[in-house]
Amino acid sequence: MSAPLLEVDDLHIEFRTRGSTVSAVNGLSYTLDEGETLAILGESGSGKSVSAQAVMGILDSPPAHVTKGAVRFRGTDLLGLPEKRRRAYRGARIAMIFQDALSALNPVHRVGDQIAEMLIVHRKMSRGDARKSAVELMDRVRIPSAASRAGDFPHQFSGGMRQRVMIAMALALEPDVLIADEPTTALDVTVQAQIMKLLSELQDEMAMGLILITHDLGVVADVADRIALMYAGRVVEEAGVRDLYARPAHPYAEGLLASVPRIDVRGRALTPIKGAPPNLAAIPAGCPFHPRCPRARDRCSTEVPELRVVSAGADPGAAPAVAGGSAHRSACHYAEEVAGG
Amino acid sequence: MAEEILQVQGLTKHFPLTQGVLFQRQVGQVKAVDGVSFELRKGETLGLVGESGCGKSTLAKLLMGMERPTSGTVRFEGRDVFGLSRGELRRLRRRMQMVMQDPYTSLNPRMTVGDIVGEPFAVHGDPEGGRRTRVRELLEIVGLDPEHVNRYPHQFSGGQRQRIGIARALALRPDVIICDEPVSALDVSVQAQVMNLLADLQREFGLSYVFIAHDLAVVRHISDRVAVMYLGKIVEVGDEEQIYDHPTHPYTQALLSAVPVPDPARKGAEIVLEGDVPSPANPPSGCRFRTRCWKAEDICATDEPALEPRPGATAGDDAGSPHLSACHFATEKIVRG
Amino acid sequence: MSETTEVAATAQTGAVVSGASASLWSDAWRELCRRVTFWVAVVILFFMGLLAALPSLFTNLGPNGHCDVRQAKQRPASWNPFAAGEHPFGTDSHGCDYWAQMVHGTRAPIVVGFLVTGIALTLAIVLGSLSGYYGRLLDAFLSRVTDIFFGLPLLLGAVVILTAFPSHGMFTESFVLGLLWWPTMTRLMRGQVLSVRDADYVQAARMLGARDLRIMVRHILPNAIAPVFVYAMLNVGVVIGYEATLDYLGVGLQYPTVSWGLQLSQAQEIFTDYPYLLVYPGVFLTATVLSFLLLGDAVRDALDPRLR
Repeated sequence: MSAPLLEVDDLHIEFRTRGSTVSAVNGLSYTLDEGETLAILGESGSGKSVSAQAVMGILDSPPAHVTKGAVRFRGTDLLGLPEKRRRAYRGARIAMIFQDALSALNPVHRVGDQIAEMLIVHRKMSRGDARKSAVELMDRVRIPSAASRAGDFPHQFSGGMRQRVMIAMALALEPDVLIADEPTTALDVTVQAQIMKLLSELQDEMAMGLILITHDLGVVADVADRIALMYAGRVVEEAGVRDLYARPAHPYAEGLLASVPRIDVRGRALTPIKGAPPNLAAIPAGCPFHPRCPRARDRCSTEVPELRVVSAGADPGAAPAVAGGSAHRSACHYAEEVAGG
Repeated sequence: MAEEILQVQGLTKHFPLTQGVLFQRQVGQVKAVDGVSFELRKGETLGLVGESGCGKSTLAKLLMGMERPTSGTVRFEGRDVFGLSRGELRRLRRRMQMVMQDPYTSLNPRMTVGDIVGEPFAVHGDPEGGRRTRVRELLEIVGLDPEHVNRYPHQFSGGQRQRIGIARALALRPDVIICDEPVSALDVSVQAQVMNLLADLQREFGLSYVFIAHDLAVVRHISDRVAVMYLGKIVEVGDEEQIYDHPTHPYTQALLSAVPVPDPARKGAEIVLEGDVPSPANPPSGCRFRTRCWKAEDICATDEPALEPRPGATAGDDAGSPHLSACHFATEKIVRG
Repeated sequence: MSETTEVAATAQTGAVVSGASASLWSDAWRELCRRVTFWVAVVILFFMGLLAALPSLFTNLGPNGHCDVRQAKQRPASWNPFAAGEHPFGTDSHGCDYWAQMVHGTRAPIVVGFLVTGIALTLAIVLGSLSGYYGRLLDAFLSRVTDIFFGLPLLLGAVVILTAFPSHGMFTESFVLGLLWWPTMTRLMRGQVLSVRDADYVQAARMLGARDLRIMVRHILPNAIAPVFVYAMLNVGVVIGYEATLDYLGVGLQYPTVSWGLQLSQAQEIFTDYPYLLVYPGVFLTATVLSFLLLGDAVRDALDPRLR
C-alpha cells in the first residue's frame, strides 16, 4: 500500500512562555488522500490552526515547539528535514490560504507581481513569462478582466476578490495539498458561497488534497468528504461527512449539532453545550470534554479515551467501517451508546 | 396586535466624504442608511439581516441616538427621539439599551465587573435596595456567579463577558434592547447559551429586541419578524415564516440560498450571486440590487421599487404582519424547503 | 450558599479563566518585582531621594557651611570614602567639604526634575485630553499651539529666557523648563486619548447617558495614561540632565544654591589637576539619570508585555 498524500501522526505542540506551558496540540493524527477534502472542525483554541501551521512549517518557534510526532508528505517526514529542503515543499507541494487576505498580501506590491514572484523564485521563470502566468492564474480564479487588474494593489480589491488573489497565489506552483484556514470567515455569505464553489471546482480540476479548517458546521456539510472534529488539541471524532451528521459518536459532536440554529428548520429549541472551551494551560484530566459532557461518568474524569473505530453493531443501519479513511472513529468511552442515539 | 413601541420613519444617514486636511471640501457622500422605515412592537424581536456595508450598524447607532440622522424620525412611544432635550434623552436611555458585538472590547479592562454592571446606577442614580445588591442580582440573572463582582473582564471567557454586557444593558430595566451582532464573536458551542439567555430574558421582562446580525440562521431562530437590508435600504420585510419560507425578493432568495446548512444531505447553494456589494458611496440607480440580479430589466435601472405588498407574495396573516417587498418582479420562490 | 451558586454558574457558563491575576497594575507590579534592573534603579533612587529629603542624616554641615579657603582643593585621603578622615571626598576650590556639597547638591536637580515633569504632565493630561476628546476646532487650535512650542529649540529657549531673568531660583527655573517641555507629552497624550475615545466601552458608557467628565475620568484616562506616565518617568532623568547642563553653562541656578551642575561648573577649569571634583558629581548625576531611564523602561515593559 502506498503512503497517503499527507499524514499527520501523533503531533504534539506546546507554547512555552515564561512561567507557563500551553498544550495547543496533544496527539493529533489524520491522513489526507489525493482529491479528498478533509474538514478540520473546531472552536477557537482547539488547535486546528496551530496544527496547520506546523504542517506548513510556519510555526513561530519560540514560543511554539513541536514536541512529538511526524508530518509525512508521501512518506517523507517533513519535520525531520533541514530548513533548506523543507522550503522546497512549502508553497510548491503544500500551500496555504488564510482568513485575512489583506494582511497576507504585501500592501506595497501589485498583485500580479506578487503572484509572478512565486514563479520566478520557485520555477526560475523569466519576469515576462511569470507575469503572463500570473494573469492566467487570476483568470483561473475567475477574477474579471484579470489582465488589467494584475496591476492593482491589494487594497483596491474587495474582500472576496482579495481571497481569490490569495488562492491564485497558493495555486501558482500547483501544490498537491491546499490548506485553507477559515478561508471565508471574514466574508459575507453571498461571497462565501462564491469562494467555496471556486475552491471545490479548482480542487476537481487539479486533483488536490484540500484541508479545510473551519468552525462553521454548515460550510463543512456542503463541501467536505471527511471531517475531523477537534477539541482541546485532539481529534475527538472522525468520520465521513454524512456519517458524522447523521450519527455523531462523540457527545461534543452531538452537542454542537444540537446547539446551532438551522436556517431550514423553524422554532427548534437550542440545547447549548454548558461551560466554555477549556483553558489549554490546564486541560482537564481524563477526557478533556468531561466537565461539559452530559453523559460523563466517573471513568471519564480519569481515563483518556483513545480515538477508536466505532463498532457498527450498536446501529444496524450504520455503514460498515470501511478500511482506509472513511471509518467512523470516536474518542469517547461510550461512543456506541452516543451513536445509537 | 401589540402596541408599537418604536417607529422608524424614512431614516436616512449620509456621511460626507471629504478631502483635504485644513480646508475640507465635500467630494461625495456615503449613503449608509437611506430611507429606512419599520416599527417594533412590544415584546417582539425584529431581526435585521444584511451583509457588510448594508448599513445595519449605522442604523443601530441612529436608533440609540448616538448619531443624528440626515433626515427621518425615530419615535419611542410616539415621541421623536431627535427632538428631545439632552436631559430627556438621558432619561430615554434608561428605556433603550444596547448589547454590543465584541465582548472583548466592549468592557472597560480597568474596571471590575461590579463597577461595569453598576455603572448605569452611577449615571442614573442608585436603585431601591442599593447598588451592590442589585448588581449581584443582575449577575445572577445572566447566569454569572455574584461572588465574582470584584474580578476584571480579562478573567472571564468570551461567553461570560457577553453576559456581563447583557447584565449592564439590563440594569436600568429597559423596554427595548438593540442587539448588534451579540453572538457573532462567540464560539459555536457558546452562541446557543447566549441566544437562549436572550430569549429567557425577553420572556421574563417583556423586552423588545432589535436583533442585528449577518447570520441568517441565528436571526431566524430568535426573530418574530425579519427585515432584510441591502445597501442602506430594506428590501423585504415580513414575519419569520414569510421571509424564510416564502421569500419574494431576489436578494433574500440569494442570501438564503447561500447560507450553508449543517446537513450534508442538502448540498450546495442553488443561487450563487455574481460580484460584490457595490460601494454605498456610489450605489446603482433605480433598484440597488439590479447589478447582481438575474431578473433585472430596463425598468430596474430607472424606477426604484417601493417597499410595499406585492401580488406575488403571500398575504401573511391578517393580524397585521404585512409582507413587503421592494422588487418590481417579486415572486415567491422556495429556496429552503 | 455562595458555594452552590458558584457551582451552578460555573456549570452553566464555564469556570473563570484565571483566578490569580487581578488587574493590569497588579500584574505589572509582579512583573516588575522580578526584574533586577528595576531593583537596582529603585535602590539608587531611594538613596538619592534620601539625600535630597534629609541631608542632615548624611552630613552635619549646612550648604556652603564651614568653608575654609585655606583648606581648598584637598584631595581625598583615599579613594575609599569610608576609610578617609575629615574630608572623605576632599574639598572643593572654596575649601568646602565636597561630600557635604554633594549631599546638598542633590536636592535641586531632583526637585527640578520632578517639578518640570509634573508641570508638563499636568499640562499634557489636561490639554491632550481636551484636544483628543473634543476634537474639531479646539483640537485644531491646541495642536497649532503645540506645534509652535514644539518648534522652539528647548535648550536655546531655556538659555534665552533664563538669561533674561538672571535672578531666578529653583522654582522659576522649573516653571520655565516646564513651559517648554509639555508639547511632546501633550502630543503623546492626545494620540492615546484619540485611540481610546472610540473604543466600544466608551461608546457603551455614552449610550448609558454618562456625562463627558465621567467618560474621561472613568474610561478614557485609566486606559490612555499608562504610556504617558511611563514617558514622564523616563523624562525625570532627562530633565535632571538638562538642569545640570543649564547650571554648568551658568544660566541655571546660581550661588549660594548648591547643585551637581554648579559643582561641575566650578570644577571645569581645574579638573585636569583635581579629577575627583569632576568624577563625584559626574557619577552621582549619571547614576540618577540612568536609574530613571531604567525605571521607566522596566515600567513600560511591565505595563505592556507586547513591547518586549
